[in-house]
Amino acid sequence: MKAADPPVSVPRAPEGTRPQPATNGNRPPRKAGALLPYLLIAPAFIAIAAVFVWPFIKTVVMSFQDVGRRELWTGDAAPWVGFDQFTNILGDGEFWHVVLRTVVFMAVCVVATMAVGLGLSMLMQRMSTWVRLLLTAALVAAWSMPLLVATSIFRWFADSDYGVLNMVLTKYLGIDAQGHNWFLDPKQGFVVIGAVVVWGAVPFVSVTLYAALTQVPKELEEAASLDGAGTFGVFRFVTWPVIKPVFQMVATLSVLWDFNVFGQIFLMRGNKPEPEYSVLGIYSFEKAFESNSFSQGAAISLITVLLLSGVAVYYLRQLLKIGEVE
Amino acid sequence: MSTSAPRVLRPDRKKSRIGYNIAGLVAFVLMAFPVYWLIVSSLRPNAEIRSYDQTLWPTSITFDNFSRAVKQPNFATAIESSLIVCGVAVLGGMLLATIAAFAIGRFRFRGRKFFMIVLLVVQLLPPTAMLIPIYIQLNDLGGLNEYWGVIVIYLVSTLPFATWMIRGFVINIPQELEESAMVDGCSRMGAFWRVTFPLLAPGLAAASIFSLITAWNEYLLAYVVLQDNDKYTLNVWLMNFTTSRGIDYGALMAASTLIAIPVVAFFLLVQKYMATGLTSGAVKG
Repeated sequence: MKAADPPVSVPRAPEGTRPQPATNGNRPPRKAGALLPYLLIAPAFIAIAAVFVWPFIKTVVMSFQDVGRRELWTGDAAPWVGFDQFTNILGDGEFWHVVLRTVVFMAVCVVATMAVGLGLSMLMQRMSTWVRLLLTAALVAAWSMPLLVATSIFRWFADSDYGVLNMVLTKYLGIDAQGHNWFLDPKQGFVVIGAVVVWGAVPFVSVTLYAALTQVPKELEEAASLDGAGTFGVFRFVTWPVIKPVFQMVATLSVLWDFNVFGQIFLMRGNKPEPEYSVLGIYSFEKAFESNSFSQGAAISLITVLLLSGVAVYYLRQLLKIGEVE
Repeated sequence: MSTSAPRVLRPDRKKSRIGYNIAGLVAFVLMAFPVYWLIVSSLRPNAEIRSYDQTLWPTSITFDNFSRAVKQPNFATAIESSLIVCGVAVLGGMLLATIAAFAIGRFRFRGRKFFMIVLLVVQLLPPTAMLIPIYIQLNDLGGLNEYWGVIVIYLVSTLPFATWMIRGFVINIPQELEESAMVDGCSRMGAFWRVTFPLLAPGLAAASIFSLITAWNEYLLAYVVLQDNDKYTLNVWLMNFTTSRGIDYGALMAASTLIAIPVVAFFLLVQKYMATGLTSGAVKG
């Protein structure tokens, strides 16, 4: 509020044009007013710095050292190794397999999530109210399932002996899948894992896109179809421009989430994923906590952050553009 | 949703709805089936669970799985751990978030935008990337296998999201209300606690439930940091069902149902804030 602002030249955000409060004359500027906001954000700021920023700096430092089990338990200073961790990691063929696997898995999950989400949201616009209420209830239920529970359910689906997936395939679709182990072939295993990821992400995407679709002016769609635009034409030229910012935002978030998929794989493989199931998060975790090479794990994390920073910056720019951070 | 307007303009729409409705019902079945199967499996006798010929609908109901689940060692201590850890983390987080949200929602000051961007950026950091340094830091501070280690991390992890969300509620409360309270002799903080804070209650409720769900669902940090069986939170406890001798799926599904029920119930209370909260920069974990 401006009334309490001191007369010092604090640059104000240009959009901060609140109506001048009537109390302006009554309250002489006080020194305390200048400090108050800083005092208010200080606890949160310090906490965030301690739990996010400091560990992040630590990640950077550690990836130039060699922190192993001994340094962890004795507290001895870890030796500096320069870029050794990075050259080791980048020179390891396994690492590049993991990167490729992560990117492909992310891309497939994002495309599937966005396609299903967009499809469902457009369907929700067109279906009868009672169907939409049913579907919304199912979406909310799926949305609220804890990741651990959702993963357990899908693991139980895909159980080789008693899983419902094999049962349905055998009994209703005539494919003999009895006793089929879905996780023997990582490609099939990733299909099951991707199914949990997509199932868990679709509710957020479709509900958000549905909210965006309700912003599309009905009159414009009417006018376009009267003017002879087909279904696709209406979508392409009327609907899409309106929902595009939201779509991009949700897609960006999906990229960030699906790139960092960890729990679904970790839990699906009984807390000990096989090397064929390593994505970057798992790879870094195993290096740190299984091989006790914390520096290697930290360096892999740092590479992950760098790989994602472009996407994150893009996301932030979008937020700034639509004026969320005003 | 004004579905009535186009229906008047295009009466032929009604007919073509059947196709959309069928597609919608198929989508409903696909989305709902995992939840359905969770509940059905948790109520199914073990003999039917371990059968090659499971029916898709329930034929008999038993609570055996639930009793086996709650008889697993450390169920009671796991509930206690989860309640302590999540409760303290959420209360502390809400306190810090509320005052910080008030500051960025009500004041214009140098560094405000920077702080807001920090709130967004930290939510984009991959949680697993932070795990290693946090683990080492907690080890140095003696926080391994201690509740407070997990509490501090949960508190701060939910903080950016909660601050962002509460800020959204703060800026929607007319500041004239505070100003008139100040004219009537309230101090600035007095005006906040007496006028704004009560109006903020729904926002605080929503934000605390989101924080609670996030903390309640977290398992990886708890799994790495808590080492004693009797300190496990519910999620880590749930991992006990996966043993080298195989998985007792009946009991696992029953235990999962028990863990999911509070989340679903709370989620239903706040889901209307979900879409807006998430797209405006808050990130689901």
